[in-house]
Amino acid sequence: MKAGTNLEKVLESGRFAVTAEAGPPKGTSARVILRKAELLRPCCDAVNVTDNQTAIVRMSSLAGCVLLKQQDVDPVMQMVARDRNRIAIQSDVLGAVALGIGNILCLSGDHQQFGNHPSAKNVFDIDSIQLIQTLKNMRDEKKFICGEDVSGEVSIYIGAAANPFADPFEFRVTRLAKKVKAGADFIQTQAIYDIAKFRKWMEMVRDRGLDEQVHILAGVIPIRSVGMARYMRDYVAGVSVPDEIIKRMEEAEDAKVEGVRIPLEIIEQLKEIPGVHGIHIMAVGWEDIVPEIVEAAGLLPRPVL
Amino acid sequence: MITITEQKPFESILSSLGKIKSVYIIGCGSCATTLHTGGKSEVLEIKDKLEEAGKKVTGWMVIPTTCDQLTREALIENSTTIEAADAIVVMSCAFGVQTVNFYADKPAYPALNTLFVGKEERPGYFIEVCMQCGDCVLAQTAGICPLVRCAKSLLNGPCGGSEEGKCEVDPNTPCAWQLIIDRLAAVGQLDKLEEIEPVKDWSTSHSGGPRKINIEESSE
Repeated sequence: MKAGTNLEKVLESGRFAVTAEAGPPKGTSARVILRKAELLRPCCDAVNVTDNQTAIVRMSSLAGCVLLKQQDVDPVMQMVARDRNRIAIQSDVLGAVALGIGNILCLSGDHQQFGNHPSAKNVFDIDSIQLIQTLKNMRDEKKFICGEDVSGEVSIYIGAAANPFADPFEFRVTRLAKKVKAGADFIQTQAIYDIAKFRKWMEMVRDRGLDEQVHILAGVIPIRSVGMARYMRDYVAGVSVPDEIIKRMEEAEDAKVEGVRIPLEIIEQLKEIPGVHGIHIMAVGWEDIVPEIVEAAGLLPRPVL
Repeated sequence: MITITEQKPFESILSSLGKIKSVYIIGCGSCATTLHTGGKSEVLEIKDKLEEAGKKVTGWMVIPTTCDQLTREALIENSTTIEAADAIVVMSCAFGVQTVNFYADKPAYPALNTLFVGKEERPGYFIEVCMQCGDCVLAQTAGICPLVRCAKSLLNGPCGGSEEGKCEVDPNTPCAWQLIIDRLAAVGQLDKLEEIEPVKDWSTSHSGGPRKINIEESSE
């Protein structure tokens, strides 16, 4: 075991993992996180806390993860390269491990232009692949980037993201291969609606044998309304929402019911794709629906390891 | 290569001048003239505006290349009218403003914003292609710099926001990594994409005060 987190145990035991996302508040309320912990604990193996997602200032991921941990939820600390240089990143990793956080997801981070501080200066001292490499080096070689020794164990299970739907498509698997080479233990993908394209991507992943080297959790976003479906199609870069999904949402008698039915159908298909080792549910602002989806997908109860 | 400038909003120039009553105006015959931001006609335009706003303009000139040493001679030649002013409004890039400030006894105020050092890709279209990081990566990136052309300066891109060859930050900007991949494909070096570009040494960039070099010393 690299970190011995619940997520690592579930994935390494060959079980189909379920993770979800908990967005921290735009404020100081710990209760927001505690409520999400209560809600998600019975139905997820681990819960991601986003790191100022879409470049909007929120409670820090590190703090959110500690709050989850106190509620016996295995946290996944998301960490973006946008806001911190290598000094702050390594420092936060040490602090996170000291506080019992074992899963860290490495991301580039949404550009600040999309957030609520578009006049901010971005950092990008290192990129997401270099971030993975940095974490692996701290864990396995006990070295900081500068080459000096880290004291104590840096037990972390390293995550990374993958977007099978961005361009250029042919390069997407190469990029995944680089993340695996850099040291990623698990991958959480962008939301999948275009299952045909995802199948094709997974085929290329298997051709390179990457599914044997990394655990891939397929991203799922339940759609709350037809407006949200259109918004994701038109404005969220790298998300591909086929017209058929939009049409189904438009024609649905109850959009929320359809918005659950669609991800359930997608999950059924994802379960059958070789190399997919779990799902990651990103119910942005609709976390309440997660238990229902996990239950209806036949993924309860979650293993106790 | 040309230094790209844009005019500051007139209100902002006026506000920076504050209580200053009289000014001398200097334009630049090089980059700022090419870009129509600080040539003769722009100098005359701003002169009218300043006078309308109640400032006294004691004189003006367009120095051929404001950033070079000859600016000193030009300032001496025009010292009488410059002396009569409280300040100098400089319509050149920041190099020119600082050159004037260095040689003149009066404070220099910029009328332009210096944006970047650009390459003219097609007539009238300038683009930033180098950020002068001090540690060139072009050998690894097919001659296209991701540090300046990628919104996230990714050395192992592209990120998940590359769509149909465009950057998510601006649909009019090509994704730097799409350009790099296309170029690598064209020169038969796609295998380079498999290599992880390690963490960059930024100490050669804007991290430690002004960078300087003495070519007399470095050639020894």
